[in-house]
Amino acid sequence: MTARRIPWVLIVFLFAATIPWVGTRYDTFLAEQIAIDALFAVSLNLLLGTTGLVSFGHVAYFGVGAYACGILMKTYELPFIIAFPAAGLCAALFALVSGYFCVRLIKLYFAMLTLAFSQIVWAICYKWNDLTGGDQGLPEIPFPNLDWMSSIPGLGDLRTNEQFYLLAIAIIAVCLAILYRITQSPFGRVLTTVRDNPERAAFIGVNVRAYQLAAFVVAGTFAGFAGALYGIFSRGVFADYVFWSKSAEVMIMALLGGIGFFWGPSVGALALVWLNQWITDFTQYWPFVLGTILLILLFAFPGGIVGGLHDLWIRLRGRRRA
Amino acid sequence: MTCGSDCEAAAVLEISGLSKSFGGFKAVSDVSLTVETRQIAAVIGPNGAGKSTLFNLITGHLQPDTGKVLLDGRNITGVAPHRMCRMGIGRSFQHTNIFPKLTVFENLQAAYLVHHGRGANFWRRSDSLYRTETTALLNSIGLLDQEDTIAGTLSYGNQKQLELGLALASDPRILLLDEPTAGMSATETENTIRLLERIASERDLTLLFTEHDMEVVFSIAQKIAVLHQGKIIAEGLPEAVRADAEVRRVYLGHGLVHER
Repeated sequence: MTARRIPWVLIVFLFAATIPWVGTRYDTFLAEQIAIDALFAVSLNLLLGTTGLVSFGHVAYFGVGAYACGILMKTYELPFIIAFPAAGLCAALFALVSGYFCVRLIKLYFAMLTLAFSQIVWAICYKWNDLTGGDQGLPEIPFPNLDWMSSIPGLGDLRTNEQFYLLAIAIIAVCLAILYRITQSPFGRVLTTVRDNPERAAFIGVNVRAYQLAAFVVAGTFAGFAGALYGIFSRGVFADYVFWSKSAEVMIMALLGGIGFFWGPSVGALALVWLNQWITDFTQYWPFVLGTILLILLFAFPGGIVGGLHDLWIRLRGRRRA
Repeated sequence: MTCGSDCEAAAVLEISGLSKSFGGFKAVSDVSLTVETRQIAAVIGPNGAGKSTLFNLITGHLQPDTGKVLLDGRNITGVAPHRMCRMGIGRSFQHTNIFPKLTVFENLQAAYLVHHGRGANFWRRSDSLYRTETTALLNSIGLLDQEDTIAGTLSYGNQKQLELGLALASDPRILLLDEPTAGMSATETENTIRLLERIASERDLTLLFTEHDMEVVFSIAQKIAVLHQGKIIAEGLPEAVRADAEVRRVYLGHGLVHER
């Protein structure tokens, strides 16, 4: 049990915060990508692992957040401190409207409707030139004004993108803490009853659809936050970000890390981004490698990386006791 | 209870003229039934007599074609299941219905959280909430030593006990049990009956259950209604029902006084 007491999360966060100093520019770039993907994947897992809702269209809320933040900051020149919450709000509202319809369907039909909504978002982003830049996208989204950060001793020497990295991981840490708190709350517990057995949940007094919708909105909001950060991080928002294959990618991250554990999807994001970088150095057949990894994972470690490690830990502990 | 001496005979559940057809098949036709406060009532009948359909009509899982269901005089026909649960109807299902991936403790604690309207709280930690109530209920249904077991790995009999606990956590006025001893061994059946009897008297519960095992029925029911081809063919005290010529004909005709 003593191993449980090690504050892994804090250690990882502190380590991540030192990367601009100890790592290369490319390390910082990768770490930021991983952190944003981690938030995106954990938000999806509130639906997938906690509520038992398989959404194939989670990228829609990521995209709404990215575009909302990008448009507000570039076109309307609003500061980040307004644009960022507004992006979450837009994603939440869109999740409320689309979720209202989606939770009326079950299983595969639910999944297909979420996919349909995400393709609608993609089509709008791709075609509405005046607002979204259409197929040209929205390049050159400005960084937030980070002058206040430069006045903090030690941070003044960093480049703007490194300062933004620190801001981003701080925001992501707060978002993940909130999501964690939610999964540990009474609301989170009720979501697990809906996942396990909706019929029984209704007969302990749970309004199943209302809870599913609430989970959908919360997950959408945090996906929106992830999207908003991603738009600034990659210095532009493009229709590609909203394409449905992105939904598959984030779902693979969640499965790879393990949907039965809160931190599983974060580990999946780390593994996938890192594997992608590492393997593309050797071969151009990344999708082939990814497919093989997934295949092995689904059959040998259905609990994902974290699930596999957890089982191993239980087995080792059992052996030590015996 | 605030009512006086007439409380004893007050009807908790009143069903009148309930009918339901699937296609051309009349699964339940014109069923009326009254269950009084603290009564233990049973609906019996051969397989396919319409017992489960009747239950699903009462609990809102199915919409009746005609007829009404009253709870304490209030019309609850076709109310959504989660509302019905909050109004005071607890139910167990024929096929065991628990939360298999949660622990036994978490199962019951979740039911308490929802019953006390705390389900929308997304900020407090849930660990410490309703511990006393949950532990007391676990003790009462005899699962205290299994509180950390993942519910899906419990034995069949224990899962049924847990399901009873889930129904009890919402502090129901009336408990509807669909074949509470289905698939149980003789010992498990006996234990379950004793448990039901004890809990019903401890909590002043009204009980309505379906059953096909005659021994179970006659050992605890105070009132029996016999359902046959969707209709009630006899209703009354156990002895009267047992002596009823029509009931004997139906059961003997099917050769299943003891179905299993």
